[in-house]
Amino acid sequence: MIKLTINGQAREYDGEGDMPLLWFLRDLLTLTGTKYGCGKGLCGACTVHLDGQAIRSCSVPMSSLDGASITTIEGLGSGGDHPVQIAWAKHNVPQCGYCQSGQIMQAASLLAQNPNPDDQQIDDAMGGVICRCGTYQRIRAAIKSAAGGTS
Amino acid sequence: MKHTRKVNRRDFLKTGGVFVVGVSLFGCGKEKIPGVTRSLPGGAWSPDVFVSFDAEGTAHIISHRSEMGQGIRTGLPAILADEMEADWERVVVVQSTGDAKYGNQNTDGSWSVRGFMQRMREAGATVRHMLEQSAAQQWGVDAAECSASLHTVVHQPSGRVLDFKDLVAGAAELPVPGLELLSFKSPEQFRYIGKPLQIVDMHDMTHGTAQYGADTRLPGMKFAAIARPPVVFGKVKSFNAEKTLAVSGVEQVVELPAAEPPAMFKALGGIAVIASNSWAALKGRDLLSIEWDDGPNADYDSAEYQQALLETVRQEGTKVRDEGNLDEALASAASTLQAEYYAPHLAHATMEPPACVASVTADFCEIWAPSQDPQSLIPMAEAVTGLTPDQIRVNVTLLGGAFGRKSKCDFAEEAVFLSKQTGSPVLVQWSREDDIRHDYYHSVSAQHLTAGLDADGAVTSWRHRLAYPSIMSTFDPAVKEAVAFELGLGALNLPYDIPNLRIETGVAESKVRIGWLRSVCNIFQSFAVNSFSDELAHVRGVDPLQNLLELIGPDRTLDFTSVGLEETENYPFETARLRQVTELVASKADWGRSLPPGHGLGIAAQKSFLSYVAAVVEVAVEADGSWRVPRVDIAIDCGQYINPDRVRAQQEGSVIFGLSLARDSEITASNGRIDQGNFNDHRIMRISMTPDTRVHLVESSKPPAGVGEPGVPPIAPAIANAIFAATGKRFRELPLGRKLNLG
Repeated sequence: MIKLTINGQAREYDGEGDMPLLWFLRDLLTLTGTKYGCGKGLCGACTVHLDGQAIRSCSVPMSSLDGASITTIEGLGSGGDHPVQIAWAKHNVPQCGYCQSGQIMQAASLLAQNPNPDDQQIDDAMGGVICRCGTYQRIRAAIKSAAGGTS
Repeated sequence: MKHTRKVNRRDFLKTGGVFVVGVSLFGCGKEKIPGVTRSLPGGAWSPDVFVSFDAEGTAHIISHRSEMGQGIRTGLPAILADEMEADWERVVVVQSTGDAKYGNQNTDGSWSVRGFMQRMREAGATVRHMLEQSAAQQWGVDAAECSASLHTVVHQPSGRVLDFKDLVAGAAELPVPGLELLSFKSPEQFRYIGKPLQIVDMHDMTHGTAQYGADTRLPGMKFAAIARPPVVFGKVKSFNAEKTLAVSGVEQVVELPAAEPPAMFKALGGIAVIASNSWAALKGRDLLSIEWDDGPNADYDSAEYQQALLETVRQEGTKVRDEGNLDEALASAASTLQAEYYAPHLAHATMEPPACVASVTADFCEIWAPSQDPQSLIPMAEAVTGLTPDQIRVNVTLLGGAFGRKSKCDFAEEAVFLSKQTGSPVLVQWSREDDIRHDYYHSVSAQHLTAGLDADGAVTSWRHRLAYPSIMSTFDPAVKEAVAFELGLGALNLPYDIPNLRIETGVAESKVRIGWLRSVCNIFQSFAVNSFSDELAHVRGVDPLQNLLELIGPDRTLDFTSVGLEETENYPFETARLRQVTELVASKADWGRSLPPGHGLGIAAQKSFLSYVAAVVEVAVEADGSWRVPRVDIAIDCGQYINPDRVRAQQEGSVIFGLSLARDSEITASNGRIDQGNFNDHRIMRISMTPDTRVHLVESSKPPAGVGEPGVPPIAPAIANAIFAATGKRFRELPLGRKLNLG
């Protein structure tokens, strides 16, 4: 039995240990805000936080998560309005929106570790999260704006 | 003569019978803009199919077009809200189901605003007129003294005000006015049109509550993954599911019938694994042991095909446009230039792979699909289930990217079939590999261009030979040459002022399913035409901007109906507008600005989807051939626009889309199988390559034109031209790659 915390709630899992966290979230808990994009950690659409660190939930098996604390897009920020989410709206970042859960989770993790990232640090941190619509320019601007708001 | 067929992408489904028996199965019937009808569902007042009011006076406005990132769920309702003087804070946007009563819902071809702006204004004006009448009745005054303003009606002489909420009941008793009784706002009265407006899905998209194709959950729902034939029109010869059925969570395997030509939008067939969760289904699918009969396309080798295609365009082809005397002009030219261009297949690679939920019972079929064309799912579901249209409901989720992929309902057919077979609701989840390997690919193409110049360096002749498998082959395998609507995307409608001009097509057989991808044939046709123009500039010793303006020539209005292109009413080809966006972008980009060593500027211009776009790209090339794009300026004249923020966003995205295909993206095939499978080998741009992108919007009162697609075509050629400016090396094959061979 795997015991873990998801968005502050205690959860249990007793299925196959190789199931990636992504499918536990989406199919067993119906937390569908975390998206499937590639299944191999190549696109970042499935990014969530493991003990505050951004991880690709498609590539982390449940067997490794006993005692873990996971935060998904649904649990980001206390009132659901994290500075990154506010900045995303201010800069009108999303187009189709599908990758944006992953983008936001990655950006929130970046800012938690580096409150004022420069362009290179933003590119390095965000490079694993693909946006096919091409919202990258606004992602950069929104991260800087959120950094300004939190510093 | 297929080349004189008048067809465009939007229309060909409805005229499908011209091309192939059975296309109409997936067509949406004769397009008709629905009339104003009065109905009162559930006590609400609904004077028009696109709008209703609840008891609180909140306006519920229908979005009947699919949202895939272009902002249409905000844009069209905002037009209606503006015309009826609604307070946007008191508007709720409701996504329509697929239903013929809304008129055409096929969201492709960058025409939603063009096609429905007037219809939205009529709906809004109808509501405003009736609410003003209702207020006049309540006050016992002349309606001419009453005017709507921000969800209220004001009696101008007395200053009395009534909220829309208090006018709905009275309005519901009034006859719906004829169009001739309506008045329309003048542009200076617009409250939302032409001004930035935040998308209605912002909160959901930033909080994980937006609903996409795989996000519907139903009681008892099963999860399915499918092993499809690796070669198009392959079949299952035999299979063994022993290991699959041993996977915890796997419940059963179901064989889907193999697709027979023509491909159309049919499910491909294969073996489906039905499970209690997606992971079990995907894992079980990968454990299937299947022997395939690969069928007739197993010989497809894209490297060999490339050589054959290039050989084809070295030969004379079918003349589809022929002006002046090309042969004589070339023979007597003082000098000639020729060049060959090649571009590969591309995959759509939407971040959301195809996914669909269906629930089929004995007497009802309900579908939740990220579909660009929900009405097309109804005849599909009829055929699969035997139900009638009134027993079928198609719910449209948000589309996690589409770019043309999701106007095909193959993935929805799989869900409907499996739900019918299993008796449970089913979610079909495509893996990324499924998506990359079973796409409707953007066409591979070869082009051969020849120009003749006179002794003064003027371009006197132009011959453009093209060969690529046609999108129409997906519907009729007998089509083996490009058709007019494809050639009209940047080749047949060449606007250059050259007296002797010929365009020829060659035979190109399809070995995979060919489909349309954001800006379609403009991608490679613009690449060749704008690259070749730039090559001419350097041969002529003329600055590329000056050269391009000379080729565009004096301002004139062009008509291509004689070569088989459809004329779009109110949208003539005005070369002045192409010239103006070219001059605008050159000015904004400070064309000719001084640059660091290794940097270069390139320019390209293209009219597509009735909009005029030009781009200036700056590249920076290192000595080892690696390169990046520090800055892009892009100017668009799309006529009247609705939401400038979304127009800008679409151009920013088009730059990234164009950069992806110019630099990295490529689909190849060996033994009929697609070589790529995920983002490691079908690469698209990541954030680090993002240029400083500056969008320059032309203020225009011309009719609204396309926004989502036209930004893409100029990017690849402008990059190649910039690389030439930086290095003196010409690259004529896409993708250019991450490292240029400068040797």
